[in-house]
Amino acid sequence: MKKYEKVIEKLILISAMIATISVALITVFIFQSGISVIADYGVINFIFGTEWSPGSGIYGIFPLIAGTLSVTLGSLIIGIPTGIACAIFLSEILPKKFSKYFKSAIELLAGIPSVVYGFFGLVVLVPAIRTYIVPIFQKFNPNVAPTGFSILAGAIILAIMILPTIVSISENAIAAVPIEYKEASLALGANKRETILKIIIPAAKSGIISSIILGMGRAIGETMAVLLITGNMAKVPSSILDPVATLTGTIAMEMSYAPPSHQKALFAVGIVLFVIIMLLNVIAQLSVKGLGGKRN
Amino acid sequence: MKKILVICLICIFTFTIMSGCDNSKNTQNDIEKNVVIVGSTSVQPLSESLAEAFMKKNRNISIVIKGGGSAQGVKAIQQKNADLGALSREVKDEESSYITEEFIIASDGVAVITHSSNNVDNMSIDQIKKIYTGEIKNWKEVGGNDAPIIVVTREMGSGTRASFSEITGILTKNNSGEEVDETTKSALIQNSTEAVKKAVAETPNSIGYISLGSLGDSVKALRIEGKEPSRENVIDGEYKISRPFIYIAGNEISSESQKFIQYILSEDGQHLVEEMGFIPVI
Repeated sequence: MKKYEKVIEKLILISAMIATISVALITVFIFQSGISVIADYGVINFIFGTEWSPGSGIYGIFPLIAGTLSVTLGSLIIGIPTGIACAIFLSEILPKKFSKYFKSAIELLAGIPSVVYGFFGLVVLVPAIRTYIVPIFQKFNPNVAPTGFSILAGAIILAIMILPTIVSISENAIAAVPIEYKEASLALGANKRETILKIIIPAAKSGIISSIILGMGRAIGETMAVLLITGNMAKVPSSILDPVATLTGTIAMEMSYAPPSHQKALFAVGIVLFVIIMLLNVIAQLSVKGLGGKRN
Repeated sequence: MKKILVICLICIFTFTIMSGCDNSKNTQNDIEKNVVIVGSTSVQPLSESLAEAFMKKNRNISIVIKGGGSAQGVKAIQQKNADLGALSREVKDEESSYITEEFIIASDGVAVITHSSNNVDNMSIDQIKKIYTGEIKNWKEVGGNDAPIIVVTREMGSGTRASFSEITGILTKNNSGEEVDETTKSALIQNSTEAVKKAVAETPNSIGYISLGSLGDSVKALRIEGKEPSRENVIDGEYKISRPFIYIAGNEISSESQKFIQYILSEDGQHLVEEMGFIPVI
């Protein structure tokens, strides 16, 4: 038996190394290809420049950063409460025999290809926003963008896309809270609502926050779905109905045609995306620590 | 025992996958002659499928197709880096000195489309230019309803966008002679012909442009300077927003290149041109 175990151990080691080496190689490659543009163009000009017109050699990616952050933030605002509420409902309120059907339905959401989400957004959501939501906004501000291709459309689609991540991880975390906590709380006379809000959610906090971090990662990196429905207009948005271009969408859209200098600029966009994701991860992990939770 | 079996299977899989990588190189040893074609990205898909069909029949000739844009195609011929240059526009006067032969292999029209409810039928090229540069912002300025125009365009670097902006004059030269794309910043960008078509079909008061071959009932195609965007009008040169797909060659043209061009201009080749949605030239 021991021999096999050693072989298996080596195999696992190789797998772990492949994962690590891939990350290292990708990092080196992206930085190598893009850093020269940032260096030539100037970090400040590159990140805070408000004009992105690669045809004329002007690479200011602030509109793209604003686009990515606004769409991601929107999706979190919609997705987090929905996802956590759904997880609580599934694990605490709904009887077990029904909840498993709901759970598999939600997990099925994760299996739908993102381009299908995008197409759904393009055909259903964008026209719906144009017909129902734009007129409401127009009453307050007649100059609002009337197309429906918007931050809102992107945020709603992304919220649906991150739901399975948030729901399934949060649900696991809530289910893992020891039954004694709940029993003790109920025995002390707390009702069900108080038990859920004050005992179960705080106890499952670290799992719930991990689910949010993972969901956020997916939302920032999502490309195809967002590309189809946010309009890809590289302008700093002023309302949630404005079209925006995202970092990932711009890379995907322009990479295939781009001449060398433009291509390097797109790699530089990749570097910025990389740094943003790293920063958000660090902030998220620190905030977990600050909240007293543990992240595994 | 099961574990050993699993491990063996994994090893076998890995090795087959890895050895698969090398196979592709071996076949290239038989090929003696290369034809290198550099140029327009609009022509590229057509070139590629033509080359694929051609190479099936002529296994000893290998055709390599590179993009880069029409200007790159001319440069490659000038510097003798390629056998053929691919252009999705006419040859300019200043370029003709080092080009000895031009072969028109196909032509393509760019249709300007609007939402099907739009009551504007006809536009001049100047009006289109003004809409795309942001000078005209409302449909009433071109004879339509009082509604803002929603401009839909293709991504930077798209071949369709390049020829559309060139023909309509959206592409201008600045003081230092560099080409500048003046498309308004308030244009929605969609990254494929189908996406433009879908966006225009779904959005009232929008305007966009797509290759003639991709027109459908979901959108309304405008007449340009009074001419319908039709195959006939493109062939006659009546419909202005059209472009030829041209291969150019320098002083020396290899027999392999000639053979490829012969194939393109043959019935089979032109049939393929039509299948790809472009307009055959014979």
